[in-house]
This record gives sequence, structure tokens and C-alpha cells, in this order.
Amino acid sequence: MPVASYAVILSAILFGLGALGFVFKRNIITVFMSIELMLNAVNLSFVAFGRLRFLLEGQVFVFFVIVVAAAEAAVGMAIILQVARNRHSLNFERIDLLKQ
Amino acid sequence: MMSVLDNAWIIPALPLAGAAVNGIFGRGFSKKTVNAVAVGSTTLAFLSTLALVAEFWKLPETQIPVIRDFFPWMVAGSLRVDFAVQVDQLTIIMLLVVTGVGWLIHIYSTGYMAHEGGYYRFFAYMNLFMFFMLVLVMGASYALLFVGWEGVGLCSYLLIGFFFLKKSASDAGKKAFVVNRVGDFGFLLGLFLMFRTFGTMDIHTVLTKAQTMPVETAGIGTLTAICLFLFVGAAGKSAQVPLYVWLPDAMEGPTPVSALIHAATMVTAGVYMVARSSTLYAHAPIAMETVAVIGCLTAFFAATIGLVQTDIKRVLAYSTVSQLGYMFLACGVGAFSAGIFHLMTHAFFKALLFLAAGSVIHAMGGEQDMRNMGGLRGPIRVTFLTMLAATLAISGCPGFAGFFSKDEILWESFSSPYGNWALWFVGTFTALLTAFYMFRLVFLTFYGTPRYDEHHVHVHESPKSMLIPLVVLALLSLGGGWMAAPALFGGKNYFDDFLSPVFQHAEEIRSQMPAGGSHEMEHLLMAVAITGALIGFLVAWWMYVRSPKTADELEAKMPGPHSVLLHKYYVDELYDAVIVHPMQWISTNILWKGVDAAGIDGLVNGVGKLTRGVGQETRQVQSGNGRSYASLLVAGAAVILVLFLWLGH
Repeated sequence: MPVASYAVILSAILFGLGALGFVFKRNIITVFMSIELMLNAVNLSFVAFGRLRFLLEGQVFVFFVIVVAAAEAAVGMAIILQVARNRHSLNFERIDLLKQ
Repeated sequence: MMSVLDNAWIIPALPLAGAAVNGIFGRGFSKKTVNAVAVGSTTLAFLSTLALVAEFWKLPETQIPVIRDFFPWMVAGSLRVDFAVQVDQLTIIMLLVVTGVGWLIHIYSTGYMAHEGGYYRFFAYMNLFMFFMLVLVMGASYALLFVGWEGVGLCSYLLIGFFFLKKSASDAGKKAFVVNRVGDFGFLLGLFLMFRTFGTMDIHTVLTKAQTMPVETAGIGTLTAICLFLFVGAAGKSAQVPLYVWLPDAMEGPTPVSALIHAATMVTAGVYMVARSSTLYAHAPIAMETVAVIGCLTAFFAATIGLVQTDIKRVLAYSTVSQLGYMFLACGVGAFSAGIFHLMTHAFFKALLFLAAGSVIHAMGGEQDMRNMGGLRGPIRVTFLTMLAATLAISGCPGFAGFFSKDEILWESFSSPYGNWALWFVGTFTALLTAFYMFRLVFLTFYGTPRYDEHHVHVHESPKSMLIPLVVLALLSLGGGWMAAPALFGGKNYFDDFLSPVFQHAEEIRSQMPAGGSHEMEHLLMAVAITGALIGFLVAWWMYVRSPKTADELEAKMPGPHSVLLHKYYVDELYDAVIVHPMQWISTNILWKGVDAAGIDGLVNGVGKLTRGVGQETRQVQSGNGRSYASLLVAGAAVILVLFLWLGH
């Protein structure tokens, strides 16, 4: 089995962990971190598949994902900061003003 | 000089212009201006008619009928209707009656309506009516005739409901409109059938084509069907059995309206139309018979109802229905010119009767019940004398207009190939009834002791503007009959001669049938009719002047027949029960609650409810709970992944 296959399996495990965290965690920052984890799991699989098939696109695409993730993290953290300030809570389930 | 004949459109256009000016700007006009516009336009129309007659007189016979085409009105496929007028002898008579009597009534109205609200509105409607009536009699096509036909119906509706704040008045207007609609439905069917048969609705073409068709003696053919359908329309407009019920109620309108529309002109449109189609009718003996029988029946029934009515205008209304019956009787036995002659004399004396009745009502300050009148002969002398002239004319007193026309009709109903003794007998008996109810009206109103409260009612003679038309019409009622008079003594009947080209073809067919009667017979029957009228007069005199108690005693002795007559044979009640109530029930329970509320509203509301219901259910998914969204997202992604893996192999 090539080394890249291990990387793909690792990536799947990481993605699964991220998804579980995304679904089950209540703390909004943890949820956010879970999303980052999923993104990076995807990055890993990109790199692994690129290596496996000797293609450069997989490597290059990772940079795009990192850039977008960085931008998203900045915006996301700003939103979380505002929510935390206004509602004095980081509980994901209590941010439900639109429903009421 | 400009020829009026070539510009005949000017005659209907003048009243239309008057109606437009008064109708649009009249609100701000003073009464004098309204008068000037309304009476001025009708005067001009009358003068142009006179000029037209003068020109017509000089025309050689070969150029008659004169048909002038002004512009195409409707062109659709093979249907082509032009705005064209047709002038022949019949048109001339109708034009003179409509503009002449209409003009007099306009003058009268300026006095009668002086104290009423909506002055300009009244005159705008009256002028509009004149316009439509002139279109009706001048139209060279049945389609154009129908335009006038519907237009006068509209004006009739507007003017019956002129005092629209009064419920009974607006109800009467609606009743007239609805009943006429029934007749007009028949008229339209007749027009469609005519178009299908002849490919045109042009009167002259239709009649020329019909001349070559066979006479339908055997059964109901196309021409008979057309004639019967047209007659349904005529029965509606001219208030014949069974569609006469609207005319008595139409008396809710102002009295000049009753005189102009519901006595002299509009209601005779049916007679005009039947006479205009004489060629068609001559080819349809069954239709002729129907017309004669319906006319005769109407004359009789309306006269019996008129015997006991107490409202002065209602007596006259039933009298009008009855006289219209005479006109149809004449047409039905093929004596079209006698029918038109009676139409003309009737226009004179019935307009006069209504106007005089209006003058009485004016004098009594609005009272219409004859039981509250009496002894008016002294205070309102001119009204009394003119009314007396009209009464003598309608009851067939020798020498007066009604005598000649009615006598001609009765004689024709006996001697014509279409006639028989039964028609003659009913007609003559009706003449007796006519004399009775008319003199009853005169005696109750003008003789005896005053039954009104003399302290409260200030009886006064009407102004000159009302009296002059009365006097003119009285002279016409007196002398109008002499045009056809010499015929009695074996001489020339000028009226008949004048009209004969119009009815030439019908007359040819009639003259091929065996006819009965001689001059001696005619004189004998005339004597019988005069005796009948005299009996009617004497009975009325006995019951209402000599011993006024007789009427009440008779009423007490025969409560059954009296109340049947007083309630007009319960025809209104019957129509209510058989037609109006079921119609209302169907409208309420089926059309409204069933079709509209349950069906149409149900469908519309159902679509709304369905959308809301689906929304109600599906919005549960949008819980607003972030974690459930997240779970669904992941689950969805997982499903897609599985699908890919599964389908990929």
C-alpha cells in the first residue's frame, strides 16, 4: 500500500472527527475549530491524491483553501466576538433570535 | 339649397346633440338654458322633418324608398351593417308622430317639471329618447332598428326610475328593463334566423328577397319562425300578453314620460316593426293569426283590468295596453295601414289623455287617486275640455279620431280573410269597455262633489306652457281621423292610399284570399260598435253620476270578480310565484351559495389553504436550531457520498 493511502485514511478520520465535533459540540468556538479541522482534512486529501497521481493541481488547490479558510476564520472570529459580547454566551444553541 | 333627404342623419342627430349638451354641461345651466337646448333641438328636429316631408312629396314614386348610406358601422365576415336611413311613407308617418308629439310634450314638460329636481337630467334623457326613437324609425337595417329599440328601452328605464330615491320607482324601472329583456331575446333570435336565411339584415333587401318565397300555409317554416320571434320582441316592447306587466308599473315615471314613451311613441315600436315587416308576415299566416289573437286578447284583458283601477294614470296605462292590442289586431288581420292609422290617432289622444291627467295631478298637488278627486270640471276648465275631447276620441264617438281608426280595425277584423266574427266580437265588446272606463275616469275626476280636502288642496289651472300642447293635441284628436274618413262613404281613404306602397306586397297576397263583407255590412257593424260605446257611456254615467252608490253596491255584491280585476287577475302574483321566486331561490341557494361561495370561492380559498398547509408542515424543518442544520448537512453529504460510491461501481 502506498504511503499516500495512509494519508487519505488519516484525512478521512480527521474529517469524521471534525464532522462529529461540528454536530455534537455546543461551544461555538469548538464548532468553529471543528470546521477548520474538516477543512484541513480536505487539504490533506488534496495533497495525498496529488502525490498519488503525480498532479500539481492538488498541491496548488490547498493554497486556495488555506487562503479562504484564513479569510473565513477572520470573519468568523469577528462574528463570534460580537455574539459573545452581546449575548454573554458562547452556546451555539442559544443563538436563535431569527426563529423567535 | 342643401337637401334634407340627403342629410337625413341630421334629424336624429339634433336631439342627440341636445342630450349631450344638457347631459354633460346641464348641471350648471339655468332652467331657461336647459329649456332652450332641449326644446330648441326638438323644434329643429320637427322643422327638419317637415322639410323632409316637403322634399319627399315631390319625389317620383320610383325613387321610394329613399335609402341613404352614411358610413359602415359593422363589417365582420359576410355581416355588414351600415349606418343608413330609409325614408318611405311609413317612415314619414312615424317621423311626424315622433317629432311632432315629442315636441309638444317637451314644451309641456317645461311647465310640468318646473318644480322638480334633476331638471337637466330629465331633459337630457328625453332628448336621448328622441334620438333613439328616430334611429328606430329611420334605420334601414334591422340591426340599426334594434339599436334604436334597445336605446329607447334604456331611456324608458332611466325615466321610469327618474325619481330613483323612491323604491317603487326604481323597482318599476328594473321590472320594465327585465321584462323587455325577455322580449328582446326573442327579437335577437329572430334577427339571427333572418341573417341566416337572407344573409343580410338590411330591411329593403330582406323584404325583397322574401317576396319570392312561398307563402307558408302548411306549417311553421323559416319565415313563420322569424315572424314569431320578432313578435316576441314586439310583445315585450309594446306590452302585449303575456309581457304587458311592466307598462302599468312604468307609470311611476313623471307624467310627460308616460305620455311620450309609454303611450305615444316607444310602446308603438312593436306595431311599427310588425308593419315594417308586413311582407314577411304576409308569408306567414300562422304568425299573422298569432298576432291577431294576442292583440285581441290583450285588448280585452287590459280593458277589463282598467274598469276598476283607481289611480288615474293606471287606468290610462291599461287603456294604452288595450289600444296597443287593437293595433296588433289590425296588423294580424292584414290591415297594416289601419294599425298604423290607429297608432297615429292613439298617439294624439293618448298623449293628450296623459298630459291632461298630468295637468289634473299638477292641479291637485300630486294626488293621483281618483277617489280623492271629483268636481274638478269648474276649476280647471281647459284641462277638462281637452280631456273630454280625448275621451270622446278614444271611446269611438263618431267624428273624433279614434272612431275612424277603431272602426276600420273592427271592420277589418270581421271582413279580412284573416279575420273572423270572434275577433270582431271581442274587439267590439272591448270598445264598450273602453267607453265605460274612460267615462268612469272623466266622471270620477271632473263630476260630482269634491272629495278632496278643499282647505288644503289649492286647485289651480296649469301654466300656458302646459295648456297649449293640450289644446293642439285636442285639435288633432278632433280632426286627425278625417284623413281616412271618406272611406266610410265609399270614397277615398287618403291615409290608406298614402301608405299603400309600403304594404303593397302584403296586400297582394291578402287580395288573393276570399274576403267577406259588403258596404251595408260595414255600416251595420259600425252601428253596433257605436251602440256599444254608447252603452258603455250610459252605464258609466248611471254608475258614477246619476246614482254614485251603484258602483259601491255592485262592488259589495260581487267581491270576487271585483278583487280579481283589482288585483289584475293576480298575474303579477303568478309571475312572482312561478318565475321570480324560483329564480331567487336558484340564485340564492344554487348560484350564490353553491356555485359562487362553495365552488369558485372554494377553489380560490382551497389553493390558498393548500399552500399554507404545506408551508405549515415544511417549516418544521427550519427549526432555527444550528445543530440540527449541521446534522442534516452532514447526513446529506453522507448520503451523497454513499450514492456516489454505490453508483460509481
